[in-house]
Amino acid sequence: MTWASILATAAGCYLLKLAGLSVPERWLETPTIARMSALLPVALLAALAGVQAVATGTHLVLDARLAGVAVAAGLLVVRAPFIVVVAAAATTAALLRLLG
Amino acid sequence: MSPVDPVEPSRRQGLGTTHWPTIRARVSRTAASVGVATGAYGLSFGALATAAGLSVPQTCATSLLIFTGGSQFALIGVLGSGGSGVSGTASAVLLGSRNLVYGASIAQLLGLRGARRLVGAQLVIDESTAVALGSHATVESEASERSLADRAGRLGFWSTGLAVFLLWNASTLIGALAGSVIGDPRTFGLDAAAPAAFLALLAPRLRGRPAWTTAVVAALVAITVVPLVPAGVPVLVAALVPVVAVLAKRSAPGARS
Repeated sequence: MTWASILATAAGCYLLKLAGLSVPERWLETPTIARMSALLPVALLAALAGVQAVATGTHLVLDARLAGVAVAAGLLVVRAPFIVVVAAAATTAALLRLLG
Repeated sequence: MSPVDPVEPSRRQGLGTTHWPTIRARVSRTAASVGVATGAYGLSFGALATAAGLSVPQTCATSLLIFTGGSQFALIGVLGSGGSGVSGTASAVLLGSRNLVYGASIAQLLGLRGARRLVGAQLVIDESTAVALGSHATVESEASERSLADRAGRLGFWSTGLAVFLLWNASTLIGALAGSVIGDPRTFGLDAAAPAAFLALLAPRLRGRPAWTTAVVAALVAITVVPLVPAGVPVLVAALVPVVAVLAKRSAPGARS
């Protein structure tokens, strides 16, 4: 099951990369397509961040995760490196659980 | 895979040279430093993937075969939170669609044919595109010699792609081994590390009002539908936000962002 998802994702992602090297650039240069493709990663990443911060399965749960994400957001504002942001979020949540 | 924006390659301080060995050394240094930076980031991917329930071989296969960070995080994020394999794959492939645009933007510069195109395709990611376009632009502005700029761009692509591939996969393995001995990921706050990682990937893309609006609306839409649809699907619903926004703007003439 997990293997099938990994292989299907790998096939899909590889074909997209290969298609990019193979199709004429002007196909992707129409303003509508260009604007959508610029905003699609933004929408997906924001949705993933939001859902992972407050959802557990199909329930909304507010817990130590949210504090971790808030710390991460603060660190991103001051342009901390990726690994620092992620580690600080985990540490914050872990400490809150340890204390609470 | 780290948040590098290929659209605006960072202009490095020029040495004002048309000397190929100097250009080569500079491009190689950039490639190496980008590789090391993504290596650190691969550690967190490895640990989060095993926390999400993937085995060590599955985690390594993900980095080897999918090899595009955002999509890998999306896949394990959906699988780890109980989503179906289909919605995990759909989210990951949608996120990987930006590589289509990257590939198209460097296809002419690389000029790959046959087997080299098949190999090169796997290396089309945020970083290799950014360094290829960045090196090309820097040399072109300094040397105004097109062949030298093309050479620098191609070297930027291959050296960065290979450096990231090597270090990303090595660090994934180390992270996976470390993550698999941790036990309950919640104890170490790994469930907070996942959304933080997505936020960190998002941050460099938040430039301008349309991006901010899309991000806020997409997150709100996704969270709102969490109780209504199966796990993994909210993210796919949010993917419709930019489609609707762009089409709505297009049908409203005169509206500018």
